[in-house]
Amino acid sequence: MLALIDYRAGNLTSVRKAFAAIGADIATPALPADLAGARGIIVPGVGHFNVTASIDTPWREAIRAAVGAGVPLLGICVGLQFLFDGSEEAPGLPGLGVFGGACRLLRPAGSERLKVPHVGWNTLSRRGDSRILDGIADEAFAYFTHSYAAPIVDGTVAETVHGTGFSSVVERGNVFGAQFHPEKSGDVGLRLLANFVRVTRC
Amino acid sequence: MLTRRLIACLDVRDGRVVKGVNFEGLRDAGDPAELARRYNVEGIDELVILDVTATLEGRRALAQTIRTVARELFIPLCVGGGIRTGADADLIVEAGADKVSLNSAALQTPALITELAGRYGSQAVIVAIDAKRAGDHYAVFTRSATSAAGRDAVEWAREAEARGAGEILLTSIDRDGTRSGFDLDMTAALADAVNIPVIASGGAGTFDHFVDVFVDGRADAALAASVFHFEEHAVLELKRHLARAGVPMRLDKDVDPC
Repeated sequence: MLALIDYRAGNLTSVRKAFAAIGADIATPALPADLAGARGIIVPGVGHFNVTASIDTPWREAIRAAVGAGVPLLGICVGLQFLFDGSEEAPGLPGLGVFGGACRLLRPAGSERLKVPHVGWNTLSRRGDSRILDGIADEAFAYFTHSYAAPIVDGTVAETVHGTGFSSVVERGNVFGAQFHPEKSGDVGLRLLANFVRVTRC
Repeated sequence: MLTRRLIACLDVRDGRVVKGVNFEGLRDAGDPAELARRYNVEGIDELVILDVTATLEGRRALAQTIRTVARELFIPLCVGGGIRTGADADLIVEAGADKVSLNSAALQTPALITELAGRYGSQAVIVAIDAKRAGDHYAVFTRSATSAAGRDAVEWAREAEARGAGEILLTSIDRDGTRSGFDLDMTAALADAVNIPVIASGGAGTFDHFVDVFVDGRADAALAASVFHFEEHAVLELKRHLARAGVPMRLDKDVDPC
């Protein structure tokens, strides 16, 4: 069973349908203790970083314990941002801290005008080996919709540029994150989800 | 690099596409799911289903259409037409739409924009503006395009953004159905006025009209219906045309099969 954490951060219909389409069995645990039997954990998310405040201390402890035991974790959109120390969108609200640094508002690199939010299809520029991006070409397109973004770190396996560059896919051990929406990114997104499911079956 | 988007609009009544489609190889040209599948294969970036029914039976058929399309297509799906209340939007989102498009209801009850942005996030709320030239400005009309809303399009777009809209879908009433090209001045005026994406609609007739709306109209996305419905491979050929003209487009198949 893969556990989809429902912390009331938007609509999860699309994420559920995408996992169903690749034949994965998804459940929504009601209690932190229900994470104990999970083969993998998915933290979705949309909107403001504030929503992650709903992932309270017992949930955080359960997620940390699972990650510590090697259970694969995938963060999507705000779920990727949650893997970092925090976000300037919600100062004082800590993230999980698997990756160092804080998420920041997307900014122009120079004096050019930059539309924020970043909405639409943009490229994933590969940086190093990755299991979660297996079978996905360098410069493949994915669908984004967000205003804040995570810095480039050691675990950045794909970078995307909107104004400045940011982490569009991160990976460290069995912890993965995608800033874009794999459930809305056509075959590229489904392949990323299938790669995650494969990791959970190892 | 962020690409510009091509969006195909399906006008649906009682669960059927109402504008004619004459692709070869379609079993049923009126089936929205089959048409959506076809566009997806051709590389469409996003789909809009516009419900032109507004009867109760039609709305039930719409929810079924959304469920069918969303079960197999994994690109953004927006649904509009006749959404008056939060409950109307809930039905559509629960069926699988990623975005809802508000038109007359947003004009009548602007707080609905904020309510839905709070519930689903701004990325899920599109405010559709139907406008036409009126002297030195652009006047907003309600969905039927028959009555003036007494609003200036630029000012209303700014208000919609401030209230939480994630995108603006701008339709030129003057150009809609004429195939004479998008209203470039109006599109540019709105694209410059707001910081959220502007989707241009109304008037597409040739591939070069799309080049113009991205280059001179500064649109983030362009929406059309009949241009895509009547020519096979129109989406892919149009994308190649735009890429040759220097407009960034999502073109390649970038993934190995699982």
